[in-house]
Amino acid sequence: MKKKATMLSTLAGVVMFFALWQLLALIINRPILPSPLEVVPLFLRNITGELGLHFLASAARVLTAIILATLLAAPLGLALGQMPRLDSVIGPLIAIIYPIPKIIFLPVIYVLMGISDLSKITLIASIIFFQILVVVRDEAAGLKKELILSVKSLGAGRRALFKYVYIPASIPAILTALRVSVGTAVAVLFIAEQSLTSYGLGYYIVIETYQVLLYPEMYTGIMGMGLLGVLLYFAIYSIELKVSKHMFLDGH
Amino acid sequence: MIDVKDLLFHYGDGIELFRDFSFHVNRGEAWTVIGPSGCGKSTLLLLIAGLNRPNAGKVIVGGQHITRARPSTGLVLQDHGLLPWATIEKNTRLGLEVRKFYGPDGKHSPADLQLDEKEDNRRVNHWLTWLGIDNLKKMYPSQLSRGQRQRAAIARTLVLQPDLLLMDEPFSALDAPIREELQKVMNGFHLESGLTSLTVTHDIEEAVVLGEKILVLHDHCNRDPMIIDNHLSGKTDKRKSPEFIDRCVQLKDILGSRSSVEQED
Repeated sequence: MKKKATMLSTLAGVVMFFALWQLLALIINRPILPSPLEVVPLFLRNITGELGLHFLASAARVLTAIILATLLAAPLGLALGQMPRLDSVIGPLIAIIYPIPKIIFLPVIYVLMGISDLSKITLIASIIFFQILVVVRDEAAGLKKELILSVKSLGAGRRALFKYVYIPASIPAILTALRVSVGTAVAVLFIAEQSLTSYGLGYYIVIETYQVLLYPEMYTGIMGMGLLGVLLYFAIYSIELKVSKHMFLDGH
Repeated sequence: MIDVKDLLFHYGDGIELFRDFSFHVNRGEAWTVIGPSGCGKSTLLLLIAGLNRPNAGKVIVGGQHITRARPSTGLVLQDHGLLPWATIEKNTRLGLEVRKFYGPDGKHSPADLQLDEKEDNRRVNHWLTWLGIDNLKKMYPSQLSRGQRQRAAIARTLVLQPDLLLMDEPFSALDAPIREELQKVMNGFHLESGLTSLTVTHDIEEAVVLGEKILVLHDHCNRDPMIIDNHLSGKTDKRKSPEFIDRCVQLKDILGSRSSVEQED
């Protein structure tokens, strides 16, 4: 997405979304799809209470995973991008692991790491980790030789190259990778939270509401999780707009 | 200013580009290096810049044995090498930032470096204005034409007050009128500043316009440098004169005969 999303287009999207929801609720007309007119007020009331705690628990897990994955993957990606020989050794392994859906390791991670937040965070982080690793590596490897030579000729050694070239070159790539992987991260979180925890939107949606047929409440959980994905997406997007101005220029 | 002594250089494939190759550039001279592609002219420039190491022999610049990039040597490549994410102003300041980052260590920046924000700003503005791109300060490289980008790359280098300017095919990717305009700019600059410079080109006319001395390389192992004295450099208005055309023909003949001799070997 290299086109700016404006305030107006976002608002239009939100209005259309709720209109469609209301329309479907009217057509289906069953308890499993309550109207937004019922869910939204309930959501607003509950978000300051118990629902808010579930929301915070989920948000904290995703954010921790994002930070952890970025801190580990970005330096490794930079190193691999600059060391083609090392990359030619490790690259094939990464290429195999990258497309494997990490969620399938959920039981393994639970057994190895125990029933803690750490295991859920690790699972999510492992998804984001590979996304960032690959884009940062490719970005660092793709920098033109002439660019590096020119900056070296200005006196830059390894440290200055990192500061002025490699890091600024990889930040936009990191943000794009994060933006496209938050959706998957929240999806995995939803599954991971269905067991072995008592806080988190996944737990709230499946255990506390769905299984006891509290459909309107269940929808407040779904709204919360949807909102979490949307907020993360737009937060990253707005940082992208700020730091990668050169990519959003007119006629570019 | 530049002393290349008994240079031996080959890439991994073992084919020697230079053997026992020596030449000397005096302070204040403007040189051009010409030859067919693959003759090692860019390699020679990178060797002098300290971004390539000779297999044997020495490169001495300003009395200093070159083993890494020298802080007072400026380098401009064909592909401007500007940071795509930084504005023209920030790009022009990059060298100053790098120097500030290391401090006056004599290795990455001159040992007598003076850190003076005001003076730095003045110099950045001076060169941007001098090269006619001060109105583009806030733009990003992708918004500029090739010629403007190359001007920015030159400004970035001159801001560092080099005592030697190395350029590798700086104007090759430009349209003819812009190329001629920039050649004129660089001629004017040379007259004004007396800066020692070495410009690599494959363009015969450019070699004659920019070089007081023209070093001709050929696409076989270079041993004896062929150097042509050229009093026509800087006479950009004489491009159409018989003298100028004769010099171009002369160069063309040399380049042609040299490579045909090699083919007969």
